[in-house]
Amino acid sequence: MIGQLMNLKATELCLGLPGGAEANENLAKSAVGNKRGFSETVDFMVNLQSNKEGAVDLYKVVSASKEKALLKNPAKAQVVGWPPVRNYRKNIITQQKTSGKEEASSEKAENSGGGASGAALVKVSMDGAPYLRKVDLKMYKSYQDLSDALAKMFSSFTMGNYGAQGMIDFMNESKLIDLLNSSEYVPSYEDKDGDWMLVGDVPWEMFVESCKRLRMMKGSEAIGLAPRAMEKYCKNRS
Amino acid sequence: MSEDDEDQSPPSDLRSQPPPCSPNKSRNCISSSSSSQTFPDHVLENVLENVLQFLDSRCDRNAASLVCKLWWKVEALTRSEVFIGNCYALSPARLTQRFKRVRSLLLKGKPRFADFNLMPPDWGANFAPWVSTMAKAYPWLEKVDLKRMFVTDDDLALLAESFPGFKELVLVCCEGFGTSGIAVVANKCRKLKVLDLIESEVTDDEVDWISCFPEDVTSLESLAFDCVEAPINFKALEGLVARSPLLRKLRLNRFVSLEEVHRLLLGAPQLTSLGTGSFSQTHQSEQEPDYAAAFRACKSVVCLSGFRELMPEYLPAILPVCANLTSLNFSYANISPDMFKPIIHNCHKLQVFWALDSICDEGLQAVAATCKELRELRIFPFDPREDSEGPVSELGLQAISEGCRKLESVLYFCQRMTNAALVAISQNCPELTVFRLCIMGRHRPDHVTGKAMDEGFGAIVKNCKKLTRLAVSGLLTDQAFRYMGEYGKLIRTLSVAFAGDSDMALRHVLEGCPKLQKLEIRDSPFGDVALRSGMHRYYNMRFVWMSACSLSMGCCKDVARAMPNLVVEVIGSDDDDENREYVETLYMYRSLDGPRKDAPQFVTIL
Repeated sequence: MIGQLMNLKATELCLGLPGGAEANENLAKSAVGNKRGFSETVDFMVNLQSNKEGAVDLYKVVSASKEKALLKNPAKAQVVGWPPVRNYRKNIITQQKTSGKEEASSEKAENSGGGASGAALVKVSMDGAPYLRKVDLKMYKSYQDLSDALAKMFSSFTMGNYGAQGMIDFMNESKLIDLLNSSEYVPSYEDKDGDWMLVGDVPWEMFVESCKRLRMMKGSEAIGLAPRAMEKYCKNRS
Repeated sequence: MSEDDEDQSPPSDLRSQPPPCSPNKSRNCISSSSSSQTFPDHVLENVLENVLQFLDSRCDRNAASLVCKLWWKVEALTRSEVFIGNCYALSPARLTQRFKRVRSLLLKGKPRFADFNLMPPDWGANFAPWVSTMAKAYPWLEKVDLKRMFVTDDDLALLAESFPGFKELVLVCCEGFGTSGIAVVANKCRKLKVLDLIESEVTDDEVDWISCFPEDVTSLESLAFDCVEAPINFKALEGLVARSPLLRKLRLNRFVSLEEVHRLLLGAPQLTSLGTGSFSQTHQSEQEPDYAAAFRACKSVVCLSGFRELMPEYLPAILPVCANLTSLNFSYANISPDMFKPIIHNCHKLQVFWALDSICDEGLQAVAATCKELRELRIFPFDPREDSEGPVSELGLQAISEGCRKLESVLYFCQRMTNAALVAISQNCPELTVFRLCIMGRHRPDHVTGKAMDEGFGAIVKNCKKLTRLAVSGLLTDQAFRYMGEYGKLIRTLSVAFAGDSDMALRHVLEGCPKLQKLEIRDSPFGDVALRSGMHRYYNMRFVWMSACSLSMGCCKDVARAMPNLVVEVIGSDDDDENREYVETLYMYRSLDGPRKDAPQFVTIL
């Protein structure tokens, strides 16, 4: 294969197509976002060759070099939606792969947030709403994203102002007190230790890892959380 | 198990105007001036009504409706079952205007490739406008069957309240609702016979929906909730099963343990179809229930599925029912060949078999040796990645073809295939109507000869003369498509991915396959020339999907302009592509009522 590559490269009219470093660059780019990159490349290749058999050989070269790229960057080369297996089925198999290691307890399997399944599903309840929702925390990149999504979901309430970075400004005590005194809803979450905390006290990634469940409570009710939240916050910082 | 069931006949040709009367039939046609309605017309209408009500097949009904205005009118009055293959092909109002006495609706929404994350969520296919229109027009509606639709809890609530005689709800690959919606249906639909939730995403609203079924004896015949990822109240379920004497099909979710399944089986030996919950023992007790005895008591079970969280040592419990099984679904269970062979050895009557590739070629050979009645085979990958090991190959599939000559439908995921095997398969199984082969590594050639898979797929289309559905994969040149165009005269559904060299490939198919209805293509080098070459076909097709091909915006606009009854949707990516001229995803379909009004922002309708 590699021998073939070298030969073809020597005889090839140079249009900067697969067969070298540029190929890997092209392919790497195509694998991540621009799926078209590869097929455009293929188009060019075919137009070069009028001999059909030649085209097939070039295909092998192209796929060989692509496979080399795959071996180099296995993570990048996974294409969206291929092989065509539905998420439903994929999730079930993944669940089994992980639950083989732990006890097959239904509750645990239910709440196994991140990890192998790739989704961090947590239940979101809101005081006064008739039923729950579920969100996948991994779908959001920041507190602001999550805040927007929750606002849409429970559109009858208003979220407290999160400030520029989407995190509750713990340093600004008066702002915090205002929020907690209002009748607006404030999101709280149950962390890995089973404690209920105010959302926004830790960096986003840490939050995704430790959040087991979300609850939208009225600001006035959440006052009780604040001191404990402050305590944990200080502990996490030091 | 209804994963991608094949349609029986082409979709309804819902034209807005009935055909004009031909002069020879003018005596019997109802003309627009009502004064010419004479006695013989009334009689004819009544006679027709009595006759047409026996027509079931929608193919026949569509043909009958085209005879003349009278037949059109009477057919519309007597059609009780309506199939709509694309929810955007017409508006709900048009449905209710034409058909007045509908009792059953089958409605399909999103295109299939949406299942593989090739489309952003919230694309559409909302059930809401349909249910609200039908609530007023069809108070006697009995059955709703939805596939890939977005259904909310409110929709379900409206459904439950509006149709007092409602009997069957089937939701396949749907989403948008939760257990609270199910609870309303369970509670308010007193005549409910079928509640089947299949591969749908159901949010856990922490509602005990099983307890919402009415207290007295129910009419339940089928209850499937294996996709509901929420614990259920087992005591309530046991009670429900006990007061449902007509219950034949029960598919449990993984929150029902093996011991609980055992108790249910003892109380419901009349079951014909069982989806087990979790097939594992959670508590180690001294006295283990005799699972085999429970299964032995179920003399009527012919269909088994489930087996989630399987502990292989419990698998032999199903041995007593194996000899009766016509359908077996192991596709959620990682079963090795050694565990598998003793089981399959007894399944002589098996017609439908789904499994994971963990059974290996060895397991497939065992199937071939025993299951001579096999009609449908589906082998899914345990490790669905492009560069996975691939425990099955052409050997397994070829063995099946040699042992199971009545094979009609194949879905096979593998990593290695040869042309020779496909040729053999095409010769061994002339009854094949569905052939879907997914060689998971892209552009993989014949692993023995290194050649493209053209000859293999060519043999399939040539020798399997009844083929209506084909999905191709592996390294394919234009030649493969030339074969498809030449021999694939009955093909209605075609799926293509990472295949072909040039526009000619797609042209072969568009020009050569007269029955083509559904075309889905991804990541293949087909461009404007190919798209234009099919313009004479698009009104006769249900949809065309092309993503990551080489289509330009200009060409898509031309097609949209030239074909006013075709809705041309372009779905761009989120990224800011400098090369805006190229179309990322094209999804186009015929429509009687013009472009939809609920398209999200990321969809551009040309």
